[in-house]
Amino acid sequence: MLVAFVQVALFTALAPLLVGVTRQVRARVEGRVGAGVLQPWRELRKLLMKQPVRARGSSWILRAGPMVVAISSLVLAALLPLVTTVGGRLAPGDLFVVVSVLLIGAVALALVGLDGGTAFGGMGSSRHMTVLALVEPTLLLAVYALSIPTGSSNIATIVDARLATPAIIVSPVGLLAMAAMIIAVMAETGRLPVDNPTTHLELTMIHEAMLLESSARDLAWLEFGSWLKLTVLLGLVGNLLAPWGVATSNDPLAVVIGMAAAVGKVLVLGAILAVAEVLLAKVRLFRVPELLAGSFVLAFLAVAVSAMVS
Amino acid sequence: MTTSKLIGLIARTGRIAEPAPQLGSGRIDGARPLRGSVHVRYVDLGGATDCAMEIAAAFGPVYDLERYGIRLVASPRHADVLLITGVVTRNMVEPLRLTIEAVPRPRLIVAVGDAAIAGGAFAGGYGVAGVVSDFAPVDLEIPGSPPEPAEIVAALRMLSGR
Repeated sequence: MLVAFVQVALFTALAPLLVGVTRQVRARVEGRVGAGVLQPWRELRKLLMKQPVRARGSSWILRAGPMVVAISSLVLAALLPLVTTVGGRLAPGDLFVVVSVLLIGAVALALVGLDGGTAFGGMGSSRHMTVLALVEPTLLLAVYALSIPTGSSNIATIVDARLATPAIIVSPVGLLAMAAMIIAVMAETGRLPVDNPTTHLELTMIHEAMLLESSARDLAWLEFGSWLKLTVLLGLVGNLLAPWGVATSNDPLAVVIGMAAAVGKVLVLGAILAVAEVLLAKVRLFRVPELLAGSFVLAFLAVAVSAMVS
Repeated sequence: MTTSKLIGLIARTGRIAEPAPQLGSGRIDGARPLRGSVHVRYVDLGGATDCAMEIAAAFGPVYDLERYGIRLVASPRHADVLLITGVVTRNMVEPLRLTIEAVPRPRLIVAVGDAAIAGGAFAGGYGVAGVVSDFAPVDLEIPGSPPEPAEIVAALRMLSGR
């Protein structure tokens, strides 16, 4: 239990730092100086001290939704095997539970977008749901393909198995499933090529459109929730691609090594993400389903191949 | 442009941003809660868009306002500071009031350019309802017609304190 708490605390602290690092890397690649890796912390601190302005006629959803988004990300940080696989074996870190928790946050965010009553919020929510309907099956199927060689849908057990026999990672099934999963994670967290986190162009935004009506601490919780979700999912991808370093026992030394490994993996993946985002262009909204259907096919192939192999 | 050409361009270009000038000693009282993170919503009430171009340059890679923690945002709900250019034209009186109301407190209003401060060339025009300070308290004025990006940068740094 204590280990799960350590994991949540670490990722809570890491989330703004990760966003700061991705922004900083991006700024440097673009020839700018950047606001420093601690800038997201300053933004959160300032937003939490401001008084929210809420649209007339909006309901309690605008107040409660951001908390639900933040809490669902915190639950995700507790469930997934990020620092250690021990907590995951105690709690039900099952792939269905994880995808459901993701869905709770996503639905709360869509409701926040609708509740403000503006055209952009509704448009963002509708697009968000379209993307989500294509992403969730891919995530389920990709993790399912990963779970076949290990015989368990518990993600902690999957990471344990990959640590014990690294040959699984570079097997065709593993590679196909990971490719599908990475595309799904990019779509789920609203990064390029599906959504542009820095855009404010009305016709292209998805995630930003839903936040337009939120202010002050509502906005702080929404931002924090989406940052934490990105951090946690990058941590999961990191542990599935390179499980080395993750703690497999409650031994304090192993946990400390696990924390260092998790921070390292997340920050390296964040830097790669930032560079990739400079080189990528956003896909047209009407072509997003093609991209996501492609990732679904990859995940499906992974399941088919693993069924044939076993 | 292919990816390899883009990477080559990035490597050749290096840093575009000019070195940061010394931070001035002036501070604005109401800006204390912002401490290093200022989100700006830009509002053009009616003018020659010369100020708009200079503001765009100030947020561009050469002057790079973002390095001081100052960012342009898409919604007044996300903003701390309203950056206002131009005289208040009759049709913009109500949008100005609504925009100011939509900004969560503590909020600051910055008037950019002579037109926003005193009317400039537009003072007394038939479509002009007044200047910004007739409708809302202005916390900071950036004079010039238009002000240079460096002046806009120096003034906004007084808000972020960086």
